[in-house]
Amino acid sequence: MIEIRELTKYYGDAKAVGPLSFSIEKGQVVGLLGLNGAGKTTTLRMLASDLLPTSGTMTVDKVDLVQEPERLRPKIGYLPDRPPLYEEMGVREYLGFAAKLRGVKSSRVDKFVAEAIEQTDLGDRSSEIIGTLSHGFRQRVGIAQAIVHKPTLLLLDEPISGLDPVQIVEMRELVRSLRGEHTTVLSSHILSEISETCDQLIVIRDGEIVAAGSESELTERGSEGTQAVIVLIAGGAEADPSTRLAEATSVLEGIDGVRGVAAIDHPDLDEGTISLKVTADVEVRHAVCRALVAADIDVYGIERPRVLEDVFIELTSKGEVSS
Amino acid sequence: MSHILLIAGREMRAYFRSPLGWVAASAALFIDGVWFIAKALGEPGAKRLSATVLNQFFNGITGVTMIIGIALSMRLIAQEEEQGTLVLLKTSPIRDWDLVLGKFLAVFGMIAIITGLTVYMPALIFVNGKVSVGHIATGYLGVLLLGAATASVGIFASALAKRQVVAAILGAVIMGALVLLWLLAKMTEPPVTDFLNGLAIHHLRQRDFMTGVLRLENVVYYLIVCFFFLLATTKTLEARRWQ
Repeated sequence: MIEIRELTKYYGDAKAVGPLSFSIEKGQVVGLLGLNGAGKTTTLRMLASDLLPTSGTMTVDKVDLVQEPERLRPKIGYLPDRPPLYEEMGVREYLGFAAKLRGVKSSRVDKFVAEAIEQTDLGDRSSEIIGTLSHGFRQRVGIAQAIVHKPTLLLLDEPISGLDPVQIVEMRELVRSLRGEHTTVLSSHILSEISETCDQLIVIRDGEIVAAGSESELTERGSEGTQAVIVLIAGGAEADPSTRLAEATSVLEGIDGVRGVAAIDHPDLDEGTISLKVTADVEVRHAVCRALVAADIDVYGIERPRVLEDVFIELTSKGEVSS
Repeated sequence: MSHILLIAGREMRAYFRSPLGWVAASAALFIDGVWFIAKALGEPGAKRLSATVLNQFFNGITGVTMIIGIALSMRLIAQEEEQGTLVLLKTSPIRDWDLVLGKFLAVFGMIAIITGLTVYMPALIFVNGKVSVGHIATGYLGVLLLGAATASVGIFASALAKRQVVAAILGAVIMGALVLLWLLAKMTEPPVTDFLNGLAIHHLRQRDFMTGVLRLENVVYYLIVCFFFLLATTKTLEARRWQ
């Protein structure tokens, strides 16, 4: 549905984006992930036809966005990082204005506005003046204006930016509810947001794609085909930590399939608790638990390492890209 | 056309919902009223011709119209830029020309309303004097054309600047330069003198309208000024997409 080929954007002599090439299937929710300044907003602005690319092509449903922007704009809904809201207008009035602006026929405007209000759960606030709304509700109005004309392509730039935890959960639910109805591209620098909302992830660094795929594919890349677990072993006043560490390492190395054991730092541990990363070729969580209990070692917990987070940090921070 | 009217309608409502529209209208009407009374009453005992009073009245309100034209138009694009709402218009299926024309219609509509509310002043001359309706109509046509030209200059300045204050200063400088060209003309020799006088936006052009003389070349001049600055505004917006 969306085809992007060799897309680049320069601001003067400075390269902001590109060359970018990717395609997005209809109905998918795709996340652009990258640190601040990676080129996410510029990419979305070009997709929204707010900016023209320096070179490259962008087609939506085989229509060229650069050559025929007027034809595609009614099919695109865009929420910039700062919602484009007229403070003096009422919510319903503003959404009606946005719908008419995007070419919705006058006879259907009221129906479309009512549906957008319902989808974004703005019913209680629909008669209020936008300038009086809280940040969370303004963000909802921003999404409502992006979907009011029922676009096939929805672009959301940092939709959870500045929201409190409750509002983040609500916004996540809202974005999920739009799945299927729209092809959605959203940008964020918050990994958890993207991973919980999107079908596909595109990681951008310095304007270029450094990785793309589903969450499981990226996780696979980070774990390099291995199974890994983190084992937390309770400390004790009577035991010397180094002795317990050596004892536990010895037990874990004796399990079939374990390739290596290493002590690691864990940010959430109590003092005296030991954390070990066990790398294995097969699933070893049950065997690890049984072996430690049999050896009379108190197991505090077993958890999966945060592989995706490690991948994100590796991809966006280092000079070399793993392939 | 519907997009042009949609944008013009929103802008007009925005004027009436903000202090700017009311302050500009009331200040303009107050100054116009004081000016008219001063010219109509004049010095005690002095004789005044009705046509002269009307002429002086129009001379005064052209100045006020230029000032409110800049004040009302400074926000049109610069404020959208400040508030981040310009992207809503730029990513909608409307042409930049329609966007600019819609905004121009709104500010011109405001100028026309404010100017229209002064009509009772020259009408008062009929109480104790004698002027032709044609003279009044021609004078008002001149004021409205000057208002339209000022609005187009103001929109252009608003598209160039990213802050309303800067837009107002820039608009005032462009209008000031266009007004003062007649002074520059006095220091030059023909044909440069004729050229500069021809470009001056107020001096000779408005003199004809104020005295009730309608010349097609003057009307065409103001329409060309409007078209030029509105086109320049459109090209400025288009260029931003290539920034």
